[in-house]
Amino acid sequence: MHFEYQIEGGNFTRAGFASSEIKKMMKQLNVDLGIIKRTVVATYEAEVNVVAHAYSGTIYVDFDEEKVVIKLVDEGPGIDDINQAMTEGYSTASSTVREMGFGAGMGLPNMKKNADDLQITSEVGKGTTVIITMFFAKSEQ
Amino acid sequence: MTVKEIAEKLDFQVLGGEKGLDQAVTTGYVSDLLSDVMGNARAGSIWVTLQTHKNVMAIASLKDLAAIILVNNHKPEDDMLAQSNEEGIPVLATSMGTFDVSGKLYELLRK
Repeated sequence: MHFEYQIEGGNFTRAGFASSEIKKMMKQLNVDLGIIKRTVVATYEAEVNVVAHAYSGTIYVDFDEEKVVIKLVDEGPGIDDINQAMTEGYSTASSTVREMGFGAGMGLPNMKKNADDLQITSEVGKGTTVIITMFFAKSEQ
Repeated sequence: MTVKEIAEKLDFQVLGGEKGLDQAVTTGYVSDLLSDVMGNARAGSIWVTLQTHKNVMAIASLKDLAAIILVNNHKPEDDMLAQSNEEGIPVLATSMGTFDVSGKLYELLRK
C-alpha cells in the first residue's frame, strides 16, 4: 500500500493530518497499539517540523507485511548540523512557532526515541529528507 | 471517573465536544509545550493547558486524550472548537489557574 500527502509550510491548521491517517490505517491493520503510539509521535513531530521550517513537503507512506516506511521530503532551508539539531532543547523555530507551544527542541529527540529506525539527510538551501521505519513484529505492552 | 463527572464536581464549563463527556479519565497531564504532551502524555489523560489553537485538538486526538481544560478563562479559537465537536473530545474551561486546577484534579483522580 502506498499513500502520499502534501504538506504546506507555515500552515499549522493541517499539521497532524497525515499522522492521523497513518494511525487509522495501522488500527485497521491491527498493528500492536504500542507500535501505533510510537509511530504517531514520530510522524507527528516530523510533520510539524516540515510545517514549522520548510516551504513545502511530501510524505510518502509505504506499508508492507512487516513494516511501514514513512518518508518526508521537504523543500526548505535544510539542517546544517544534524547532530546539533538532535540535541534536546536545541531549536531554530521562530518566536511565533514557540508561542504555539512548538519549537522547544523536543521534536527530533521525540522522533529518535519513538522510531524503530530514523534516517535524516539534509542539504542546506535545498531541503531535508526524514525516513521513519516502524516494524510490526516487535510486540510490546 | 468520566469527563462529565469531573466537569460537574469542579464546576468546569463545557465548551465543546459533548459527545465525549462519558469518556473515562484515567490521569492528567499539565503542559503548554505540545511536543512534551506528544512525547509524554498517556492515553485517557485530561490535559490542562492555556494553548487555544487547533493543534491542541490534533494532539489530543492522536494521543487518545480524554479532554482538555483551558485555564484562566482562556477561550478556544473557532477552529479548535470545531474540531473538538467533530472529534468528540471535550474542551472545558475554568477561571482557575493551572496550579489550582491541577491540585483539584489530582485530589479527584487519585481516589
